[in-house]
Amino acid sequence: MNSDCIVIMGSNMAENHPVGFQWVMEARERGAEVIHVDPRFTRTSAMATKFAGIRAGTDIAFLGGIVNYILEHGRWFDEYVKSYTNAPVIIDDKYVDAEDADGLFSGWDPEKKKYSNETWQYMGMEAKASAGQPPKGEQSGHGGHGGGLSHGEPPEEDETLQHPNCVFQILKRHYKRYTPEFVSETCGCSVEDFLYVAEKLCENSGRERTSAFAYAVGWTQHTFGVQMIRAACVIQLLLGNIGRPGGGIMALRGHASIQGSTDIPTLYNILPGYLQMKHTDDAKNLKEYIEENTAPGGWWAKLDTYIVSLLKAWWGPFATEANDYCFDYLPRIDDDNSNYWTVQQMLQGRVKGYIVAGENPAVGSSNGRVNRLALSKLDWLVVRDLVEIETAAFWYDSPEVETGELSPEQIGTEVFFMPASTHVEKDGSFTNTQRLLQWHFKAVEPKEDCRSELWFYYHLGKKIREKLKESQEDRDKPILELQWHYPTSGQIEEPSAEAVIAEISGRDATGQALAAYKLLRADGTTSCGCWIYCGVYAEDENKAARKKPHWEQNYTALEWAWAWPANRRLLYNRASADPDGKPWSERKKLVWWDDEQKKWTGTDTPDFEEEKPPDYVPDDDAEGPDAIRGDHPFIMQADGRGWLFVPQGLQDGPMPTYYEPHESPFDNPLYAQRANPARQVSTVDEDPYNPVANEPGADEYPFVMTTYRLTEHHTAGGMTRFTPYLSELQPAMFVEVHPELARERGLTHGEWATIVTARSAIEARVLVTDRMRPVKVDGRVTHQVGLPYHWGSRGLTTGGSANDLLHLALDPNVHIMETKGLTCDIQPGRRPKGAALAEFVTSKRDRALRARETAPRVEPGSERST
Amino acid sequence: MEPLKTLSRWPLLRQFRDGDPLGLGQAAQSERSRNLKPRIDEADHTARSICPFCAVGCAQLVYVKDGEVTQIEGDPASPISRGRLCPKGAASKNMHDGPLREYKVKYRRPYGTSWEELSLDDAMDMIADRIIEARAADWDEQNRRTMSIANLGGATLDNEENYLIKKLCTGLGIVQVENQARI
Repeated sequence: MNSDCIVIMGSNMAENHPVGFQWVMEARERGAEVIHVDPRFTRTSAMATKFAGIRAGTDIAFLGGIVNYILEHGRWFDEYVKSYTNAPVIIDDKYVDAEDADGLFSGWDPEKKKYSNETWQYMGMEAKASAGQPPKGEQSGHGGHGGGLSHGEPPEEDETLQHPNCVFQILKRHYKRYTPEFVSETCGCSVEDFLYVAEKLCENSGRERTSAFAYAVGWTQHTFGVQMIRAACVIQLLLGNIGRPGGGIMALRGHASIQGSTDIPTLYNILPGYLQMKHTDDAKNLKEYIEENTAPGGWWAKLDTYIVSLLKAWWGPFATEANDYCFDYLPRIDDDNSNYWTVQQMLQGRVKGYIVAGENPAVGSSNGRVNRLALSKLDWLVVRDLVEIETAAFWYDSPEVETGELSPEQIGTEVFFMPASTHVEKDGSFTNTQRLLQWHFKAVEPKEDCRSELWFYYHLGKKIREKLKESQEDRDKPILELQWHYPTSGQIEEPSAEAVIAEISGRDATGQALAAYKLLRADGTTSCGCWIYCGVYAEDENKAARKKPHWEQNYTALEWAWAWPANRRLLYNRASADPDGKPWSERKKLVWWDDEQKKWTGTDTPDFEEEKPPDYVPDDDAEGPDAIRGDHPFIMQADGRGWLFVPQGLQDGPMPTYYEPHESPFDNPLYAQRANPARQVSTVDEDPYNPVANEPGADEYPFVMTTYRLTEHHTAGGMTRFTPYLSELQPAMFVEVHPELARERGLTHGEWATIVTARSAIEARVLVTDRMRPVKVDGRVTHQVGLPYHWGSRGLTTGGSANDLLHLALDPNVHIMETKGLTCDIQPGRRPKGAALAEFVTSKRDRALRARETAPRVEPGSERST
Repeated sequence: MEPLKTLSRWPLLRQFRDGDPLGLGQAAQSERSRNLKPRIDEADHTARSICPFCAVGCAQLVYVKDGEVTQIEGDPASPISRGRLCPKGAASKNMHDGPLREYKVKYRRPYGTSWEELSLDDAMDMIADRIIEARAADWDEQNRRTMSIANLGGATLDNEENYLIKKLCTGLGIVQVENQARI
C-alpha cells in the first residue's frame, strides 16, 4: 500500500489473489504505476497501467535487461548499494563467468552435471564445504549464508566499485549483452514496452520512492525458477527497494498455509525453522552438525540454540547433554528425497506405503500418468480428504483404466479413504503469504468419521507407540521416547491445537513460555518446536489468535495475529533508514535510530538488535549477531549484506543467466548451452521429452504451452470441483488460443480440441481469444497455448488434466517442476478414447523421436543444438 | 385482522405518512420484505476463522445455529481483507456441506473392485500395523530410516498439524515427507 510502482510478473494476482489485489488497486488510485508482464493478457493486465506480453519462460531475459538498463544508465541507488549489498566485495580471481564460457560458470563438472562453488567465493576465503565436496542437493547448509567468512566482514572490498573483480563490475559485464534489442528478440515484446517498464522502475525508486515486485508460481515453476526470483533480488537491491515500505519482492503463495508448511516443514530436507536435516554423508554427531551448518556472523550463528531446543521439544527428558540431546535419533536423507524422486521410486516398487493428506497428486502433480502408475505399485495408500478425489479413486477411475493399461483386478494397492475435517471443524493456525500466523477457531464438531489431521496423526502415533511399547529394538527408541502427550477434549478426543502451538513456541526449564528466540539456549534448558515461531505463544496468550480490528490500530496492525520472526512485519526493515540510522526520506520512513533513547524505533517492530547503534563496528573476533555492523541490515547473512552475487547456496550459478526452458522451440540466443545445465531430468521411461528447438521432430510439438489457475477453482480441484456454486461458475475445462492459431489449426470457439505432448493427450473446449498472444521470436511467429489445470475425472465438473501433459524436468535447487513453459501440439476434435488414446500419443511421439535419432542426442551440460 | 391496523398499512396512506409521496421507497416494501431477517441474526454463536483457500489469509465469520454452519462471510475487522472474500472464500460453506462431502471411512482391499465399509477405529489400527510392518521390513540401521513409507500433504493444513506430521514421521524414521510447496 506504500508502493509507487508495482511490477507483477509470473502472477495473475487479480484473478488468483483477488482480495490481496485490492491493495494494488488502492495504490493505482493513489497514482502508482501498476505493470503486468506475462505471456497472457488477464484481468491483472486489464487493471494494470501497463501490460507487456512476453513468451512463457523468458523472464530472466527481461529482468536481466532491467539490470543492464540500471547499470548502463547509472540508475542504481548508490549509497544503498555501497553500504547494504555485496557490490563492493572482490570475488576470487579464479571465477569464470558464464559469459566467458558459453553458458557455463566455473566449477562445472560435466560428468556429475553439477557445480562446485569453490571459485564463486569472496577473495581470500575458502568455501565452507570445500573439502572436495560439491554442495549436496539443498543441503548446502546455513554456512551458505556466510560463505567461509571467518567473521562478519569480507576480506577484500573496493568501496569505489571499480576493481575489475568486485561484484559490481562482474554484474556489469555479465548483463552487458541484455540490451533492449536482446530482450525484445528473446521475449517477443517490443523494445518500447521493455524500456517503459525499466524506466518506470528506476523513476520510482530511490530515497523518496519505492517499487515492489509481486510474483507467484509463474516464476517458481521452471527449471530455473529460483534464478528468476534471484533476478528480481538483484534489481531490487540495486534500486534500494528491500527492507523499505512499498518495496520488496512479494511471493503470492497459493495455499492457506503453504508458507507454514515450509516454516514447519512437511518437506524432506529441513527441520522446523529451516534447520537442515542430517545428510547421509556428514555430521557424525551434534557438534559436527552445528559446525557444518552454523554461519560465522548473523543469527544463523545461533543455530546451536535452535537445534538443541528442537531436540528438547521432541525428546524432552530423554534428550541430555550426555547423549547429544538425542541427535542420533534424527534420520538421514540423501541429496534428493523430494516428491518426484519418491514418485519415481514408487513406480519401481520401492515404496510400500503412502499417506496423502489434503493433496491430490493424481491431478495436481506433473505427469499424471507417472503419478497414477506409481500409486498402482504401492502395497497400501491412505487418502485423507473432504471428498473422494482422483487420488483415492485412481484404481477404478483414471485415464489408465480407460486405456486398459490398468484395471482394478490387477491393482494390488490397498486403499483407505479417511474423511477429513474442514477448517471450521477444528482449531489451528495458517501462516499466510506475509508470514502472518492467523488462528481459526472451531465453529462446529466434525460429523461421523470426519477428523482433523491433528486427530489422525496424534492418534496414529499413539496407536503405534502402544503397539511397540514392549519393543527392545533400537529402531523403536526414537518413537517410544518421542514426547507425544497432548491434552484432548470432547467425545472424539480431539488433541488441543493450543497445546501444540505452545510447544512450537517454546518454554524454559520451568515450563514458562518464552517471549523471543534470542532467549533460546544450547544447554538443554529451553525447548522450542520451531525457533522462528518462538514467542507466538507468550505471556499466556496465543498471539496468533489476536483479532484487534484494523480501525483500532495503525496500518502495520501489529495486534492482528502475529508474524514471524518476533512480530516483525517487514523483514530487514533496518534498510528503511540510511547508514546513519535516519529515514531515507520522510515519505518512506518506517524504522529509525532514536539517538535520545539509544534504540531503534518506528512504526514496525525493528528487524535489528534494538540497541545496536548505526555506527557499531565489530571487533575482529566478534561472532554471531555481534559480527554484524550497525549499518548492515541483512542480519541473516553472515556479512549483513544483501547478496547481488551468491557465493554459496545455489546449485546453478552465482547470478541468474538466461537459459531456455527444458522444452522450447528455440535455441538460446546467448549460449550454445541451451537450457539450465544443472536442471534435474527424470530417469523413467514414462517421462519422455519432446524434441526441442531446431532438432528434427520438434515440429511435432511446435507451440509454447503454459498452465494456470482460475479464480473459481483451487489447484487440483478437491475443494472446488466438488462444490456446486464454484462448478457452476466455471463448469468446463478449456484451452485458450489466439484467432490466428485457431485458423492455422482449424479450431472452432466452443468446440473441442486435443492438446498433446510426448507424455499424454487431453481434450478441452476451445476458447479463441487474443488474450493469448503470439510472439515474434528470432524472426518467427510462435503461438502460445494456455491451459487451466484444475480438472480431473471426478467431481461436479470433469475434464482433462493439464498436468498429464507435463514432464518431470526440475529446478536443481528446489526440485520443482516446469509447468509454465514447455511445448505441445494442438489439433481440432476430441481425443481418441480407450486404447486408441495411448496409441495416438505413442505414434506421434515415436514419429518425433525417430526423426530426432538422425541428430546427435542432446544431453544437459554438453548440449549444442544443431 | 384489526381493520385499523389493515388501514394503516394501506400503501397510499403510507406513501404520504412516511414522506414517500411517489411510492418509490419504503412505502413499496411488502410485508414479506418487512419481516425478512438475515439468517445470521439467529446464530447461536459466531466463530472467527480464516479462509482455507489461497495464502492471502482473508478473515471469515462462521455463523452457527443448532450445531450447523448457517453462513460464512468476510470479517470486516481484518487489516488484510477488510471483510472481502473472493468467489472461493464466499463458497466456503458450500465446500463444507456440499453434496459430495464424504463422512465415512471407505476401504478397498487389494485387487478389489469396489469400496467396502470399515470402522474408523479398525482403519486406524490397520494403518498403524501397516506402518510398523513396512518399517520393520525395510529398516536402514545406519541412517535410522525407512524408505518404504512416504507422506504427502501440508499446504492446506494447519501449522499444528504439520508439526505433528513432521515430528511423528521423524520419530518413525520416515524422511519422504513432502507437500504442495514443492509441487
